[in-house]
Amino acid sequence: MKSYTYFPGCSSEATAVGLDISTRAIAEALGIELKELEDWNCCGSTPYGSLDELEAIAVAARNLALAEKTKLDLVTPCSSCFVTLNKARVHMMKPEVKSKVNQALATAGLEYNGSVKVRLLIEVLMSDMTTQKIAAKVVKPLSGLKVAPYSGCQEVRPRFGFDDPENPIALDEIVEAVGAIAVPYASKCKCCGGSAVISEQDLCLQLMYDLFKNAVESGAECMITPCPLCQMNLDAYQAKVNSKFNTNFNLPVLFVTQLIGLALGLKEDKLGLNKNIVKPNKILAKYL
Amino acid sequence: MEKTLAKDFASEVSQVPGGEGVYMCMQCGTCTASCPSAEIWEYTPSEVIAMVKADMRDEVLSSSSMWRCLSCYFCTVRCPRDVEPTSLFHALESLAVKHGYKPKGTTTPVVYDNFVKSIKSNGRVSEFRMMLGYYLSTNPFAALGMTSVALKLLSHGRMPLSARKIKGKKDLDLIIKKLNEIRGDQ
Repeated sequence: MKSYTYFPGCSSEATAVGLDISTRAIAEALGIELKELEDWNCCGSTPYGSLDELEAIAVAARNLALAEKTKLDLVTPCSSCFVTLNKARVHMMKPEVKSKVNQALATAGLEYNGSVKVRLLIEVLMSDMTTQKIAAKVVKPLSGLKVAPYSGCQEVRPRFGFDDPENPIALDEIVEAVGAIAVPYASKCKCCGGSAVISEQDLCLQLMYDLFKNAVESGAECMITPCPLCQMNLDAYQAKVNSKFNTNFNLPVLFVTQLIGLALGLKEDKLGLNKNIVKPNKILAKYL
Repeated sequence: MEKTLAKDFASEVSQVPGGEGVYMCMQCGTCTASCPSAEIWEYTPSEVIAMVKADMRDEVLSSSSMWRCLSCYFCTVRCPRDVEPTSLFHALESLAVKHGYKPKGTTTPVVYDNFVKSIKSNGRVSEFRMMLGYYLSTNPFAALGMTSVALKLLSHGRMPLSARKIKGKKDLDLIIKKLNEIRGDQ
């Protein structure tokens, strides 16, 4: 059994609790050991760096220093944690940044030497687990299910060595590994608006409308994403999109880990599917 | 220790982490063409970079432009000169905050401020408290338009009202305090 240090991220305790539940469930089913990083703090995400980049690096680096002690790769299911922790890791390669941040970390008895690998769960599934091994563990193939794989932005951009930033294929390969059909559509890595949904709602609802329209016109019965923020936006704001654009989208948006879990034969509550707002009932009735 | 003094705005920007690439821009406009929010920027992404290089410090830092960035990083992966515009815009945001600029027409800085406050109080973000803080400091009545979304999240167990404090909260305080002392010395 391969072991990793696990970084759930703040949304795993709230809006994306289904991502955390399903991640832990499929890890167990696939024989991957995830040991939660002891007393992790928020990675800082985009907002911290926008207000104070150096302070944000120091806050993220506390996690890197804690993770370094475990001598395992640091794995997160969250695209934003993945990017933010990787950005801090890269900044810490600069001697002047490293020196300042390590002096600050020393007040907490910590030091970061630069050896941590920050990895996205999907990449671990693709590289270490492989889709062949996932396919071999499928007990309920999702045959015929048409899925729109939606990577969103930060799974693939900026490029931290994983998948293509313009035409990502990892999610398609996972969809096919569980026996479903990945529908081709143009918006698979376009932006849903992210946290700007709070302060720039009109723009974000337009971006989401474009995504839904494109996915539905491609024949998708559901969307999947690895990203907590994308899932929250597309799930919790879908009704707002419908009232603004006079549409009747009813497209379940699952975490990729929930889709994998269904194919592995795990039950609805084990995958946090009861937390989904647009109910995937049709899919559950067919495959559960 | 010998210090390099900022001579103009571009060099000031280049000294903020993320702003290093500013000199590399050749004004091809790929960033603007790739930006999903460009239509609501006061000055487009490539205009902002041109303005930085033209030493238009006050115009740039008081602008709402960079606050419209969604951090999708399309410009960053497409830029043929490795400017890393996303990080550059974040560097401009942090300079604007540092020097007390309050952009008009966007409340994104208030979102970010409440997000960071939430981290500083508990070590982790409480999405509920962040949202509450945002609506209280912008327009409490606008929160009414959000009740449908909030209730859905609440009723699905996705919006805990309490915040979880990390054990190392004091360590985090010490780290932030020390970093600012070191920075203040230089």
